[in-house]
Amino acid sequence: MPGTLARAPGLPPLTDDFSQPYWDAARQGTLLIQRCRTCRRYQFYPRAHCAHCFADDPEWTPASGRGRIHTWTVIRRTPNAEFAADCPYVLAIIELDEGPRMTARIVGESDGIACDRRVRAVFARAGETAVLPDFCLDRG
Amino acid sequence: MPADWSGAVAIVGAYESPRRRAPGVHPFAIQAECAKGALEDAGLGMQDVDGLATAASFPAEGAREMAVAEIAEYLGIHPRWADGTDIGGAAPVSHAGHAVAAIAAGLAEVVLVTYAACGYSWPHGAPDYLTYAHGPGQWELPYGPSTVATYALAARRHMHDYGTTAEDLAAIAVQCRANASANPHARYTAPVTVDDVLDSPLIADPLHRLDCCVVTDSGGAFVLTSARHAREMGTRPVYVLGFGEALGQVSMSQMWPFTATAAAASGARAYQTAGMRPDEIDCAQLYDSFTITVLLALEDLGFCAKGEGGKFASAGELAPGGRLPINTDGGGLSSNHPGRRGALAVVEAVRQLRGTSPGVRLDSPRTALVHGMGGSLSTSATLILGV
Ligand SMILES: [Zn+2]
Repeated sequence: MPGTLARAPGLPPLTDDFSQPYWDAARQGTLLIQRCRTCRRYQFYPRAHCAHCFADDPEWTPASGRGRIHTWTVIRRTPNAEFAADCPYVLAIIELDEGPRMTARIVGESDGIACDRRVRAVFARAGETAVLPDFCLDRG
Repeated sequence: MPADWSGAVAIVGAYESPRRRAPGVHPFAIQAECAKGALEDAGLGMQDVDGLATAASFPAEGAREMAVAEIAEYLGIHPRWADGTDIGGAAPVSHAGHAVAAIAAGLAEVVLVTYAACGYSWPHGAPDYLTYAHGPGQWELPYGPSTVATYALAARRHMHDYGTTAEDLAAIAVQCRANASANPHARYTAPVTVDDVLDSPLIADPLHRLDCCVVTDSGGAFVLTSARHAREMGTRPVYVLGFGEALGQVSMSQMWPFTATAAAASGARAYQTAGMRPDEIDCAQLYDSFTITVLLALEDLGFCAKGEGGKFASAGELAPGGRLPINTDGGGLSSNHPGRRGALAVVEAVRQLRGTSPGVRLDSPRTALVHGMGGSLSTSATLILGV
């Protein structure tokens, strides 16, 4: 289990039968996204249908875990008590190399965070059970 | 060609609560204060109301999912038409448009749109998430978003793509504060400078405390009726000329592109139904939850080109003598933002067109645009009014 990074539980994801494979894969250090069996386009966040062509049952597929920072902010104060102790932290929108965007934190070294900077997925334990895909600056 | 309903309905009464702090007061009491105030302004009574619209199920608004029914009961009325559309802070602007359709269709004759919240003093706690942590929210809430952070994300990308600066954003806050200085009810009236905004603490980079709206306990209401009915009344009607609304996204990962909003679509529909262009708008009340909210609206509503909003603001075009005076009562940034500024934006537009603004009074404006933006740059409603 990847777990060199850890933080407070915050607000854990409330999973369901459909989303469980995503969270199980995260625990194994894999970021899953979806690809439509009909139009072959990728999507995130995961859904029971393809939001591009409305075909049913898009398939899970491992993402490269590589992408770019589309935009980011440093949250210094929050009204949301679950995350107050985490402040300051970097919230970002990551554009994956496969195309879709996802919300995540940028963890680790913060010098050099900027729009369009390359990042790679890392996996952080949140509390006892959840493992969340996060990103760090890709120095490679 | 304007829509066939353009000008068929008028706003005949408007009221904003002078409250800004109301500890110990339930928001329903402020709802009733505002309803009464707007009806008195119209020369009507509660018994004349046959349509009611409100959104009141945010925690500090006091109601649950059947908010409009709860408020009807509290007011003691049994309307034959109701609208409880909840698209965040844009909801009251949306209600105005829906009321126009209802009145034009004969489903109601006198529609009351009310709003109140105790955003500051609400004692029961209130996280500002827009969704639950299940369903789509399981891919966003565990990362710890906040309302201001989502707007900060948009501001950052706009800076990256167009060279917009923190000073450009600050210019919007400075103008709203200048407008508030004349308004005796405004939450803050002391002038601020661009440096004051930049020196205020960062809440979520690049947004500072003074890039954020005030948080108040207050409310507002307005009354719509048919133009025919309005002309028989003693007040000066403010006609609804155009309206449009649009839904963008709720999850920030779904905002695409990040530097434009649903305002482009709602604005286009509002201009189309009014048969007007942006350069025919004399003044605007633009939703100012944050400075970036205004900047994006300026571009999306066609007052300047995409990417030029910062220059437009910094050049002073938002001042009373500029190309587009905005938020003449001080707006949400300095006067009043209990939760859904849209209600108060409509009220100030009506006052401005009647020459009764408590803030800056422009020289006989004939047209006003009201723009509501809800959620995390999620939803948009745009109204064009005229006298
Ligand atoms: Zn598809």
